[in-house]
Amino acid sequence: MTEQVKADLVLDLKGLLCPIPVVKVSQAIKGVPVGAVVEATATDPGVLADIPAWARTSGNELLEIKRDGKMVTFRVRRVK
Amino acid sequence: MEQENRLSMVVFSGDMDKVLAAFVIATGAAASGMEVSMFFTFWGLKAVQKGNLTGKGFFGKMLGLMNRGGIDRIGPSRFNFHGAGRWLFKKMMRDHKVATPAELRKLTIELGVKLIACQMSMEVMEVRRGDLIDEVADCVGVATFLEGASRSKITLFI
Repeated sequence: MTEQVKADLVLDLKGLLCPIPVVKVSQAIKGVPVGAVVEATATDPGVLADIPAWARTSGNELLEIKRDGKMVTFRVRRVK
Repeated sequence: MEQENRLSMVVFSGDMDKVLAAFVIATGAAASGMEVSMFFTFWGLKAVQKGNLTGKGFFGKMLGLMNRGGIDRIGPSRFNFHGAGRWLFKKMMRDHKVATPAELRKLTIELGVKLIACQMSMEVMEVRRGDLIDEVADCVGVATFLEGASRSKITLFI
């Protein structure tokens, strides 16, 4: 979880609530090649549980998710 | 029958809050890679109506007037107060940056969720195909819904 992988795409999800962050991430992942990394920052605390769940159900890899005050930053890698 | 990565949903309610929940689940499932279909029946038809007045005969026209469809016209199941509640909920949703039912419906369509309407309810309520939004893929019956539901991991009745 500590490896620093360069993001291929950065998303700003601040201020957005369920289900929009998950939808935006899934749309972004479809737009990058397999193996590419999408990084995003959100303010919805629900994202902390939802992005890992989305990664499991959609079959993508969650590289890192961390909360810093109100900000939640995460990076996911497209697997398939 | 073999279960697939599908979600089949019946949207029976025409209440704004329940329709909102249905669209949130549908968009979330589609975003997670599931194939999603939503079967709109009875009051739920209102969520996929264009919003024009409907009905052929006297009773149908009365129903169309008192139970007018359209995603922007439906009100919450509680505290609607003849539309004041709908306005208030929408304002609070905007303030908290939650997508409105209309925005979520647009998103479900963009994500490829299949919207289907119940032909029988349409006959009873005198709602014609032209009264529904163009994105409704088909007007079908219970057997078609069940065929999809029997292959689905998740089924919901809202």
